[in-house]
Amino acid sequence: MEAAAGGGCGSGPPLLLSEGEQQCYSELFARCAAAGAAGGGPGSGPPEAARAVPSAATAAAGPVADLFRASQLPAETLHQITELCGAKRVGYFGPTQFYIALKLIAAAQSGLPVRIESIKCELPLPRFLMSKTDAEIRFGNPTELHGTKVQIPYLITEKNTFKRMDDEDKQETQSPTMSPLASPPSSPPHYQRVPLSHAYGKLRSNTEQMHPAPYEARQPLVQPEGPSSGAPGTKPPRHQASLIRSFSVEREPQDNNSNYPDEPWRITEEQREYYVNQFRSLQPDPSSFISGSVAKNFFTKSKLSIPELSYIWELSDADCDGALTLPEFCAAFHLIVARKNGYPLPEGLPPTLQTEYLQAAFPKPKRECALFDSYSESMPANQQPRDLNRMEKLSVKDMADFPVPTQDVTSDDKQGLKSTVDEALPKDVSEDPATSKDSNSLKARPRSRSYSSTSIEEAMKRGEDPPTPPPRPQKTHSRASSLDLNKVFQPSVPATKSGLLPPPPALPPRPCPSQSEQAPEAEIHPQLNRAPSQAAESSPAKKDIPYSQPPSKPIRRKFRPENPATENQDTSTAVGGPATAAAVKPHAAVQKQSSKQKKAIQTAIRKNKEANAVLARLNSELQQQLKEVHQERIALENQLEQLRPVTVL
Amino acid sequence: MNYPLYIRSAPTENELKFHYMVHTSLDVVDEKISAMGKALVDQRELYLGLLYPTEDYKVYGYVTNSKVKFVMVVDSSNTALRDNEIRSMFRKLHNSYTDVMCNPFYNPGDRIQSRAFDSMVTSMMIQVC
Repeated sequence: MEAAAGGGCGSGPPLLLSEGEQQCYSELFARCAAAGAAGGGPGSGPPEAARAVPSAATAAAGPVADLFRASQLPAETLHQITELCGAKRVGYFGPTQFYIALKLIAAAQSGLPVRIESIKCELPLPRFLMSKTDAEIRFGNPTELHGTKVQIPYLITEKNTFKRMDDEDKQETQSPTMSPLASPPSSPPHYQRVPLSHAYGKLRSNTEQMHPAPYEARQPLVQPEGPSSGAPGTKPPRHQASLIRSFSVEREPQDNNSNYPDEPWRITEEQREYYVNQFRSLQPDPSSFISGSVAKNFFTKSKLSIPELSYIWELSDADCDGALTLPEFCAAFHLIVARKNGYPLPEGLPPTLQTEYLQAAFPKPKRECALFDSYSESMPANQQPRDLNRMEKLSVKDMADFPVPTQDVTSDDKQGLKSTVDEALPKDVSEDPATSKDSNSLKARPRSRSYSSTSIEEAMKRGEDPPTPPPRPQKTHSRASSLDLNKVFQPSVPATKSGLLPPPPALPPRPCPSQSEQAPEAEIHPQLNRAPSQAAESSPAKKDIPYSQPPSKPIRRKFRPENPATENQDTSTAVGGPATAAAVKPHAAVQKQSSKQKKAIQTAIRKNKEANAVLARLNSELQQQLKEVHQERIALENQLEQLRPVTVL
Repeated sequence: MNYPLYIRSAPTENELKFHYMVHTSLDVVDEKISAMGKALVDQRELYLGLLYPTEDYKVYGYVTNSKVKFVMVVDSSNTALRDNEIRSMFRKLHNSYTDVMCNPFYNPGDRIQSRAFDSMVTSMMIQVC
């Protein structure tokens, strides 16, 4: 295994791992998963695909716990690690959590504090004392890819011992040469040494006594599960040799690729896909730009503070043009995700997030390939027209927004009203509707948005859950199902389809789709009610209703049991309401008792939310007017200044 | 109406005095831009030059087309600073300011908290002092 371990830098999850770490972790994960009867994916993929295991696989808790205990760490450390890696949060050990946990174990075994920041640097592989297989033992003898962080004194003594090891050519320097002490290491790069990991566990308790006979001492230490020293595991010299070889093999390629020690800032393929999808939801043309206002609204949903978002923008908008290209957008999104995961923001844009790197590292597989490559060239060229476009867009949105009376119930309005003339609006005002919108999106959103703005809905919800990319793609299926639903209810939905299309391109004229949405939405609900009632059987009706749920995920799922009745109550256009109510009541009869209260509460909630939405809209409109008035005032002042007679000194 | 978006002084003692000087120089800036105000705004030079010299300090001014004023106070003993250097410094300030404005999360009128802007100003001041 080690021999096959190629280059790649040591990385901190949730992103890239070195190949050695990848293999190690994936095998561990596979074993834990297999032991727990969950299918784990084997092997290691390309460096970009950090997760060799499909995201659906989880490691069973039992084997994982055994593994962790085998790491010889104290229980509270393991608890900390479990919490930090997010397993408690998500409730299971997915690949992400498992890898993070393994990294944290390595950090803890190296003596680093158990924090997310610890795993940013390159670490040795964690060591597990398991006398099971050679593979496991080998896992404990990883190639060393340590970063500069570790300045633990006892490490230095080991480094003395193994200093000779770190050169690529010193394959022959095996156990005999390990014994003699060398001069203290000069620099952190010497950390990259295979056997260093041996020392960690032992040297935690002892310091220098290991050196005279490291291996001999180690062997007996292996058996007793010493205070922390058992961790290195059995390190027979043969493993040393293989390790050294693999280590030296690794070192060279690693040097080539190890220009980017900042692994938390690497974007995996999966995340990349997600970001690109999000980009497309905001701006269908991947080669084009997302304007600042659109991006601002979108990132505001992540609920980070405005100064942080401002800083993230600063980092990611490399050309400072007020718009984000796809690589810039990915970088910004990635920074937001990292921030939400608790990583502190970097001082400068990490190299793995820079535009050129992103373009080079992720050539778009499909048609966007050519478009991608043209980003850097087209960007300066497009600067002027893009600025104009943005201005036009803003002015268009201005015009579109102004005649908006009270019709806008869409989330487009709620989130995007500010976008057009937003810049001068006080941030708290814009934040409140944003947060209320967020809460709306999280909970039962007003029905009127259900079909038309599905994509926006998804974008908003995704903006709210950035830390969990894997589950999100599933929601795209629901979007697809909503499209199917549209085809199913073809006659009632043509307007809705049109309503579906405009929202994706970066929140264009909202009033039009909103107005058109209102009508078809109102239609749809009676349609839905009629459809189930027409089916008139409980099971097909219920199937229809759940089928109609996915498009508006948050609400529908809640409403599903009482959907027919509640819909009848709440649909503004109660066309055929009584009839449908009568027809549908047999369905609801089963859940009537418990659902009546729920219905009432749901109704109240919905009404309050609608009121909120209306007020938010009003607020935003008034803000716009205020801004207009401000601008007029400024213009007038300017005129006044110009007309003022010259003051005589 | 005239509130500072950003203030920074290099030697941190007497900071208040610098603040005061900047504030008083705002009047001079207003004077200058209104003096040229009869002409169209486009014809007005952005760089205002030496606003007024005191015995210890020289104050330079610069105003953007959106009436954002940059005021720079330099030590009179710093004779190495020439006019075109001051101009270039103002130009850099202006460029950084436009970068800050490009950030959609920045509201015009807020205090500038951009780290890029900070670092640019710091580097400039280190260069001079």
